[in-house]
Amino acid sequence: MVPTHYHLILSALLFTIGAMGVLLRRNTIIIFMSVELMLNAVNLSFVALAQHWGSMDGQLIVFFVMAVAAAEAAVGLAIILMVFRTKETVNADELNFMRG
Amino acid sequence: MDLFTFIILAILLVGSAMAVVLHPSPVYSALSLVVMMSLLAVYFLFLNAHVVGALQIIVYAGAVMVLFLFVIMLLNLQTESRENQQSEMKTSATILCLVMVAELAFFLGKGGGKLELQTSQQELPAGFGTMQALSERLFTDFVLPFEITSVLLLVAAVGAVVLARRQA
Amino acid sequence: MDPTTLLIDAVLVIFMFALVMQIAPLLLWIERKGSAVLQDRVGANRVSISDIPLFKGKLKKLPFNVGIVNTLIADPIKLFTKEDFIPPGADKLLHTLAPIVALVPALVTMMVIPFGDILIIGGREIELQAARLNVGILYVLAMVSLGVYGVVLAGWASNNRWALLGGIRASAQMISYEIAMGLALIGVVLTYGTLDLQEINRAQGGLILGGLPNWGIFYQPLAFLIFLTAGIAESKRAPFDLPEAEPELISGYFTEYSGAKQSIFMLVDFLESLIVAALITTLFFGGWQVPLLERDGLHFPWGGFMPLPHIVVVIIQVHAFIIKVLFFCWLQIMIRWTLPRFRYDQLMTLGWKILLPLALVNVMLTALVLLIAQNLKI
Repeated sequence: MVPTHYHLILSALLFTIGAMGVLLRRNTIIIFMSVELMLNAVNLSFVALAQHWGSMDGQLIVFFVMAVAAAEAAVGLAIILMVFRTKETVNADELNFMRG
Repeated sequence: MDLFTFIILAILLVGSAMAVVLHPSPVYSALSLVVMMSLLAVYFLFLNAHVVGALQIIVYAGAVMVLFLFVIMLLNLQTESRENQQSEMKTSATILCLVMVAELAFFLGKGGGKLELQTSQQELPAGFGTMQALSERLFTDFVLPFEITSVLLLVAAVGAVVLARRQA
Repeated sequence: MDPTTLLIDAVLVIFMFALVMQIAPLLLWIERKGSAVLQDRVGANRVSISDIPLFKGKLKKLPFNVGIVNTLIADPIKLFTKEDFIPPGADKLLHTLAPIVALVPALVTMMVIPFGDILIIGGREIELQAARLNVGILYVLAMVSLGVYGVVLAGWASNNRWALLGGIRASAQMISYEIAMGLALIGVVLTYGTLDLQEINRAQGGLILGGLPNWGIFYQPLAFLIFLTAGIAESKRAPFDLPEAEPELISGYFTEYSGAKQSIFMLVDFLESLIVAALITTLFFGGWQVPLLERDGLHFPWGGFMPLPHIVVVIIQVHAFIIKVLFFCWLQIMIRWTLPRFRYDQLMTLGWKILLPLALVNVMLTALVLLIAQNLKI
């Protein structure tokens, strides 16, 4: 039985890698995928804590996080498609419509 | 879950997460994310979360990531060149992230003192993590979030269709 | 882990794998001959090695069918010795990976299907199911969802716009019909109250209404029809085979594949129809249950009892399972050669506007009937 804080540290590490992805990459879709990575890291910590305290509530929250993440992915990708139609790019540095 | 399994899964998870963030080709990035999500599903199975693990594959790896792959293929995104790939704040972002992970690891580990998460507190109740246990909680205490999530999904589906339609 | 348990599990897995790998080429032969019978022709019945026709002039006198030699021996040899060609400009890793990514979920799904009741050897009870999961149905749905990746990667990695188009169409079709499949299965889960496939199979024993076997189809006929349709669409067989239709897209997403990789894609095609057939048998037609046969022998409705040795019962039940699975595979092959192909918009209309609402209505009706039945008993 691995101590619970191992799972939480792994979750923190994955979350940070996702945050690094959001900050470092300029491709909007990869930024979006890094956000999904962060959500998955949080799911991991919820499930680990659910097992620690023997309560199903943690897993239920993961259920809802998955549903909401799916909805957000659908809408976000639709927005990216729309933006691509006008600007022909998904590079976040070039999507500066409101300026100039 | 024993230490050996944990170490192997942790190395694979961190490896695929790094591949998502660092690989220049978006298709390989997406595929690494699929691998990471499937590994996470296996991880959940080891943590006695059977339904959540199966749902992770059905919802995340099987639907959300397929959507991502569709969009990448429809937009025909190619492998990116070095200059396009990384933003100007490389050093500050890296330093910030290292500080964040150090801080989180300290407080979630032994340094906090208040959390005491070193050992599992009690035996797990029978049927923990099965569909029966999940649905018992879902349809009694969490029925309002459940219904609201259904409406949210409907709104998202309608919104995605409206947004992605060609303006006739 | 106990080495005996490991050994037993390994034997079960190998048995299931061998069963699946034997049935798939057999299905190919049944398809060629079955389509020939439907189309009033003979089918493949000649085979030759480098222009020397075997059995020349003796065809009418042979007591057996030469077509099977053609399909089971000559075709695999031809396919495996073809040049393995990766198109220029294609992504080498993904092109090689796509057939494997398509094959693994299909093979792994078959492992949760129970092919018999328990087998008692030397005081040890062995459940005849390679992977005993208590979330069996969710696992099946998960593996079906993962099957989309093989198609999408094959289409993308070929560097060919028709392959990409075929790949995207195929995956859009697959994810649309996954939903109808899942919802049809919810009706079954409501009726039996469990996700475990072996439990659902066991609950279909016995007789109802004096004579009819207690099979799932009598409780969930609409779910059976929806699942059959969605399953055929999911495995991209006709009439839903627009993604691989020859006059439209050459071979669709596997245009650029030759040799062993193409044979893997064709194997996956038959494996998926085998999975659908196995699921239909387990959920709606009693799986390994034979009417009147219990664990210790035959129980007749008029009170007679014929005891049978345990091993005979197990053998009869396993054979019953295999016969039912083969029947449904044959049914899918017959459907393929009878119905014309759907157009893409008709396909999508069927999936989203007809099957999905019907499956939802089925869930509501099942829940209503179950509620009434529970209240009447109280």
